[in-house]
Amino acid sequence: MVAFIVRRVIAAVLMLVIVSVATFAIFFLIPRALGQTPEGMASRYVGRDATPEAIQGAVKRLHLDEPLVVQYGRFAKGIVAGQEYSIGPRMVQCPAPCFGYSFNNNQPVWPTLLDRLPATLSLAIGAAIIWLVAGVSIGVISALRRGTLTDRLAMTVALAGVSLPIYFTGLVSLALFAYTLGIFPGGGSYTPFTEDPVMWFQALVLPWVTLAFLYAALYARLTRAGMLETMGEDYIRTARAKGLKERTVVSKHALRATLTPILTIFGLDVGLLLGGAVLTESTFSIPGIGKLVIDAIRGNDLPVVLGVTLFAAFFIVLANLVVDVLYAVVDPRVRLS
Amino acid sequence: MTTPSASPAPGSFLELRDLRIHFPTEDGLVKSVDGLSFRLERGKTLGIVGESGSGKSVTSLGILGLHKGGRAKISGEIWLDGEELVGASPDHVRTLRGKKMAMIFQDPLSSMHPFYTVGQQIIEAYRIHHNVSKAVARKHAIDMLGRVGIPQPDKRVDSFPHEFSGGMRQRAMIAMALSCDPELLIADEPTTALDVTVQAQILDLMLDLQREFNSALIIITHDLGVVAELSDDILVMYGGKCIEYGAAEDIFYRPEHPYTWGLLGSMPRLDREPTERLMPIKGTPPSLINVPSGCAFNPRCPYRERTGGKATTEVPQLVESDGGHLVRCHMPREERRAIWENEIKPMMEGS
Amino acid sequence: MRKTKALALAALGTALTMGLAACGGSAGGGGNNNTGTGNTGAASTAKHNDGYTKVVNPSDAKGGTLKFAYSDEPDSMDPGNTYYAWNWNFSRLYARPLLTYTAAPGEEGLKLVPDLAEGLGEASEDGKTWTYKLKKGIKYDDGTEVKAADVKYAIARSNFSAELTDGPKYFAEYLDAEGYEGPYKDKDLANFKGIETPDDYTIVFKLKAPFSEFDFLVANPQSAPVPQAKDTGLEYEKAVASTGPYKMESYEVGKQLNLVKNENWDPATDTTRKQLPDRIEVQFKQNAEDIDQRLLAGQVHADLGGTGVQPAARAKIVADPKLKDSTDNPYTPFNRYAMMSTKVAPFDNIDCRKAVQYATDQVATQAPWGGPLGGDIGSTLMTPTTVGYQQFDLFPNGADNKGDAAKAKESLSACGQPNGFETNIAVRGDRPKEVQVAEALQASLDKVGIKATIKKYPSGDWSAQYAGRPDFVHKNKLGIMIAGWGADWPSGFGFLSQIVDGRFIKDSGNYNMMELNDQAVNDLLDKGIQTTDAAERNKIWGEVDKKVMESAAFLPFVYEKTLLFRPSSLTNVYVHPAYGMYDYTWLGVQQ
Ligand SMILES: Nc1ncnc2c1ncn2[C@@H]1O[C@H](COP(=O)(O)OP(=O)(O)OP(=O)(O)O)[C@@H](O)[C@H]1O
Ligand code: SF4
Ligand SMILES: [Mg+2]
Repeated sequence: MVAFIVRRVIAAVLMLVIVSVATFAIFFLIPRALGQTPEGMASRYVGRDATPEAIQGAVKRLHLDEPLVVQYGRFAKGIVAGQEYSIGPRMVQCPAPCFGYSFNNNQPVWPTLLDRLPATLSLAIGAAIIWLVAGVSIGVISALRRGTLTDRLAMTVALAGVSLPIYFTGLVSLALFAYTLGIFPGGGSYTPFTEDPVMWFQALVLPWVTLAFLYAALYARLTRAGMLETMGEDYIRTARAKGLKERTVVSKHALRATLTPILTIFGLDVGLLLGGAVLTESTFSIPGIGKLVIDAIRGNDLPVVLGVTLFAAFFIVLANLVVDVLYAVVDPRVRLS
Repeated sequence: MTTPSASPAPGSFLELRDLRIHFPTEDGLVKSVDGLSFRLERGKTLGIVGESGSGKSVTSLGILGLHKGGRAKISGEIWLDGEELVGASPDHVRTLRGKKMAMIFQDPLSSMHPFYTVGQQIIEAYRIHHNVSKAVARKHAIDMLGRVGIPQPDKRVDSFPHEFSGGMRQRAMIAMALSCDPELLIADEPTTALDVTVQAQILDLMLDLQREFNSALIIITHDLGVVAELSDDILVMYGGKCIEYGAAEDIFYRPEHPYTWGLLGSMPRLDREPTERLMPIKGTPPSLINVPSGCAFNPRCPYRERTGGKATTEVPQLVESDGGHLVRCHMPREERRAIWENEIKPMMEGS
Repeated sequence: MRKTKALALAALGTALTMGLAACGGSAGGGGNNNTGTGNTGAASTAKHNDGYTKVVNPSDAKGGTLKFAYSDEPDSMDPGNTYYAWNWNFSRLYARPLLTYTAAPGEEGLKLVPDLAEGLGEASEDGKTWTYKLKKGIKYDDGTEVKAADVKYAIARSNFSAELTDGPKYFAEYLDAEGYEGPYKDKDLANFKGIETPDDYTIVFKLKAPFSEFDFLVANPQSAPVPQAKDTGLEYEKAVASTGPYKMESYEVGKQLNLVKNENWDPATDTTRKQLPDRIEVQFKQNAEDIDQRLLAGQVHADLGGTGVQPAARAKIVADPKLKDSTDNPYTPFNRYAMMSTKVAPFDNIDCRKAVQYATDQVATQAPWGGPLGGDIGSTLMTPTTVGYQQFDLFPNGADNKGDAAKAKESLSACGQPNGFETNIAVRGDRPKEVQVAEALQASLDKVGIKATIKKYPSGDWSAQYAGRPDFVHKNKLGIMIAGWGADWPSGFGFLSQIVDGRFIKDSGNYNMMELNDQAVNDLLDKGIQTTDAAERNKIWGEVDKKVMESAAFLPFVYEKTLLFRPSSLTNVYVHPAYGMYDYTWLGVQQ
């Protein structure tokens, strides 16, 4: 197990390097290949109608004229050893891990990421709990009442959940529950838990439900399919033959087997969301990682994009690892090697 | 066994009367069991044989009430120790399962839950019917594993099914089924997929245990050899129906149905290569949705011409041939016996 | 082509002036005294566009929290490092420039008034030296006094440093400061010769050449003083030394800015600002559609960007007269147009250019901007809210503005292409509205036999690599280029010089894409900028406009307008003409 984890961590680090190189290439190599000059790139990061001198200054300051390898080396060195950076009257130290400074608002990337993480965590974890509980319960009930009105109704709602865009459901739920009925606070009211737990909760209810709706729908369908399959397994018949109550058969025998593959998907989904729930965060104006990265992409803010990409990749790798280990714990047939 | 009556005949522990289990499917009604009747006493063993798909498993699950609540259409009567089970409430039948009647399933790997240890699964079975602590149940589970011949049962009790060999798994399955001393034990192909030595051990074990508990035992197989040495009576199933029933001796030494002859002929014998089987049954098992008209066996029967066209038009009745020996064939008894004595038996012995 | 929201340049049209006669006086020049008394417009009775001509919901009630939301974040909150139009309005809450615009709707609001300075600039005889006197006793929020050197330092850092790249560099362009490397490289401010401070209250600007509109430059937030000791360069935006009625309580970049009252602001020195709310809160990076929902629900008071509501809310407002009464529809500083290159055949022939002028269906090219609410059909370079604007139409497109095919055909014959010709329309492919305009234009031209092919280029390099490079334009035969322009200060010069002066044609980053180099135009521009009499100067800008339109190379589409929503809880609301949005220093909230 330890050897397994060590191996996986090494693989993960390698993967992060590859991801960072790829992101670099997308932002530097491809534009250059398409004929973009360093000046052309720099012109995005200065005020409009900037003088050629100002653009040259930006090229130098952002090192856009250096070969890609040198730039990448600088970036990698910053992560390991930190970096010095001029803010004008003096130099400031960007301590390791230094992911650089935003091209657009000059904020250091790493502290920004850490600052945005709690919002994303709050959103992802809260929504995950809701969708897991709701999705699985609906899926189980649907499977057990297969073909009934309940089943068909649940699956129709699930289909809607899967196909409606969050942007739409989010704005509609805001219009209804926040601005018309006034039950929940409106968009942009996210407050950190440490500041005001009650407000934190109230402000997150709608985003949670909106995000969870999509996933719950997905999970209900998955659970239903898995449950139907499991209920046909021989060992379920055995459990019944022992004289077990149906409730026990479902909860102890069927659910355990059904949930195992769902656990895998769940782990990966949560891992993915920790890299930012772009649509939900944008819709509800939650200052999370997803909102950060979508704005950074729109603003060609390479250091931020790179930082979030690595951050997200880290969570995905971590989620993979956790899922693998958990799977081994849950399913005794799986051996980590 | 012949005419159903309102109450069970005295002395019979299990009795099926005209049991029918039909499954409505998209393709049509699957008549998996279609009018099955038999009787079994305590301490006795009934062997049910028949090809794959003849309805053996469906019958045994039907007895345990495991089709209840599903889409199966069940009719007829199942009497167990004076109680009728077809009409009984599912929850009542559930309380009988495991304790009053238990089952050893066909494929022990898929029939045991992969995520729970063998011990946990036996403990669970025991504690459903016995209000004891986990520790007591665990001790019992270790006992049971020891009794079925698992070495180091106190260690293996914590193993998972996939960590057992096939034979050990089957033993564990038996230990689980026997953990509550069932009065009726149904073993569904308990030895398929096991090698011959292990097969013999397992069969011996079951007989021993049966004797110990004086339970009624049903052994299901499509392999006549397996039941030969264990069974008191044998029931031959074909297409959801009983086509021959009798004492083991009758079936082995005086079989009267052409299908049974085929089964005997295709018995694997140690002194012969399987390819040299004397009389393999040609053709495929019948569809249970569109059962062949007349005698269900007629498309595969070499003797159907000898029944004067009745084979394809009229369903033969299960008729008593000798004391308790029942056969479902249009051919007259004498002709059947003559064919067996003059044509089949010499061929089987000769080769 | 200015990237986005540039500072409004606005002289209001005649319709507006009529409104001004009634209420402009009451709003203007009153400073922080209770001046709104002339207005009776409570929120419930206010009508559509009332905020354009008078102060809606006047009140001097203090207290409460004024809430702004904004879909983006600024380039910087540092007054010396921002080019966002709303920030030139908003930053006045905490940073006072030497001059500012009168607090009043309508034409009055375009007049410069002293802010930190005691009076308007005094130009020397040769027009190359401009002197301002600071009011005495003006304090920063920490109680220290504002000194002339702080203004000099502010301009040195904002115009001469490599770090502060976001604001305009007009001072670097006009001041005589040859070789100065900026205060970060050269710590000795004495080496900055472009500005002299003979004493603590006198600031003397030294120009390379006469520039009669210099007062407009010092109304830009870059003249707000910065104490050198407090300057943290790029970090300064988080702790600006305040001279205005509010000061920064906290600023989380990209998230939230909170302002609280600055107790050291002395209303007696300030004629244009109020200090009504206790707090001002700004949320950045908010969902644009949701901002509209919040505005309509009264949960925020104003969209900081000042660029109007999104299409969804616009549709809702148009359908509901009550909602519409809570909106104003002012001009933005932008003219949306196309330029025809006089160096790409057959547009080197004026009659071919005229054919396009007549053929264009201006109703169709107005539609992508949102119809009449999105902008008025144009016929000049300067917009109606530009000082010097004169209304004329040299190329009428028929009675219904849908194009005059007969005249177009006539022009085609005159140009020797009676059956039409082929050309290309260049457009920024990532701007959907401009692409739609190109398509509408293409359809119009097709009707008279001009076959135009649309060529899309990325907006990021539009000016550096494509439409802004004459050699690229010639090589790719880009006959027509879709563009837009808004000026940085309210004068014809600010609007015209970059796009029509033949001497500004550049190899790259060129905005005079017509490549019009008309000696008469160039001379008029030079004459104008040296004319100190404002009225005479403004007349000259009108002449320039006409001269350029005569060339037929400039094809106006619309004078852009926005639709601003004012929630009923907002008090003292009016559209400030210099910014094209509500005056953020006047707003109050109803409790
Ligand atoms: N739930 C069900 N729904 C539909 N058909 C079924 C169902 N269960 C069993 N059958 C059908 O009933 C028939 C009898 O099946 P059964 O399992 O009893 O055969 P078997 O005699 O046990 O065969 P084997 O020797 O292969 O175990 C088969 O054709 C099977 O497809
Ligand atoms: S009835 Fe006819 S077909 Fe059927 S088994 Fe007897 S002989 Fe064969
Ligand atoms: Mg079977």
